[in-house]
Amino acid sequence: MKNDILKHKLVPDHTILSKTEMNKVLKQLNIHQEQLPKIKSDDPVVKDIGAKPGDILKITRKSHTAGKFVTYRLVLE
Amino acid sequence: MDIKKVVSVVKKKKADFPKSIIEEIAEASERHNLKVKELEKLVDEIKKAYDRAEVEKGEAVGTVAAQSVGEPGTQMTMRTFHYAGVAELNVTLGLPRLIEIVDARKKISTPTMAIYFEEEYGTNEEFVRRIANRIGKIVLNDIIKDFNVNYATMSMTVEIDEDKISDKRLEYDEIIAKIEKAFKRVEINKNLLSFEPTISESKHAIRELRLLADKVRDLQISGVKNIGKVVISKEGSEWVIHTEGSNLGAVLKMEGVNKTKTSTNDIHEVEKVLGIEAGRNAIIHEAQTTMEEQGLTVDVRHIMLVADMMTADGSVKSIGRHGISGEKASVLARASFEETGKHLLRASIRGEVDYLTGIIENIIIGQPIPLGTGSVGVVMKERD
Repeated sequence: MKNDILKHKLVPDHTILSKTEMNKVLKQLNIHQEQLPKIKSDDPVVKDIGAKPGDILKITRKSHTAGKFVTYRLVLE
Repeated sequence: MDIKKVVSVVKKKKADFPKSIIEEIAEASERHNLKVKELEKLVDEIKKAYDRAEVEKGEAVGTVAAQSVGEPGTQMTMRTFHYAGVAELNVTLGLPRLIEIVDARKKISTPTMAIYFEEEYGTNEEFVRRIANRIGKIVLNDIIKDFNVNYATMSMTVEIDEDKISDKRLEYDEIIAKIEKAFKRVEINKNLLSFEPTISESKHAIRELRLLADKVRDLQISGVKNIGKVVISKEGSEWVIHTEGSNLGAVLKMEGVNKTKTSTNDIHEVEKVLGIEAGRNAIIHEAQTTMEEQGLTVDVRHIMLVADMMTADGSVKSIGRHGISGEKASVLARASFEETGKHLLRASIRGEVDYLTGIIENIIIGQPIPLGTGSVGVVMKERD
């Protein structure tokens, strides 16, 4: 029951990055983590997958133009 | 020729293609039965075209997006109502709807839901009708046969129509329980209910009785909060319920409801129930269908940019004074948009500093703007 919203067609895949993946992504994009788009810590998806403030989520969107698009969001305090 | 092979060639040529292009190449190479060498040549040519088509660095994509949405907007109808799908429901369309979306209104004028069902129930009309009556608002007035107010005895009798109850697939016991909970002074004799007002011996008694009559008629006996009328229709082979009003959270919890397709046009509700990323998708979907319905086509990329801006800080923000334009870092940029005096006054009280990094502030003071070729500077090489 609890994971139902993750299957909704409007909700893309969210995965939590590990520490090493986080550093790799930030280095590759050449930015600080504050420069990423944000996601609130009380967002229903964040609560569902159990992400903590300070985590970076990898979001794999289905895109009309690119087919698949990967982006990142920082979980806010 | 499979996709893996194409991916390896693309990697070898150092091209960074999105998934959709790679799939197209794979399909084309299969159709024409390309050899490896030919595929490499194809990837080379596509890489050239792809690099040429890419947006230049320093391009003012936001301005282009604003123009691209704004120009077709001038051709949209000012007419507010009409619905293409179900004739009985009114849904805001055209320019008023588009304004509603970009303003991120909390209360939209015509919220509506499309409720789909899981496969095993989708073709079961009886089940869908029962659910529709659980979702839609039904008041006591909808199921009565007779209604009498007796001013002599200061009481009122209501006769419930059993046919109407079974027609609406309701349960008699549930209705009685609801009535007993809402009204203390009620006598129940099978289908005949008699109500008495709490005050019966004063000059306000008649008014009290009339108020009670209205209250009894308006007692809600079935339905989900915030949802009014429902319309059942058939799309292809499956049944769909369209509603007036919306409550995504409650409807998704109901049994038999398709939890992946059921949706609402209220963006704030989508954000609350399904999260910010779903909110972004909802903005894109709503804006695009609104434009398309009017026969206008705007490239999704522009709408995607708008949606990205609106959801960048974790909650849906409006475009305009209370949202993005009102939160710009530069004082001059904010002052040039709306409420000039207020912004300049506040900035001077706080001692704000404008670092002149944006476009607007540089135009105001007459400097070259940081855009296109202006976004790069020249650095002298030191001579040793």
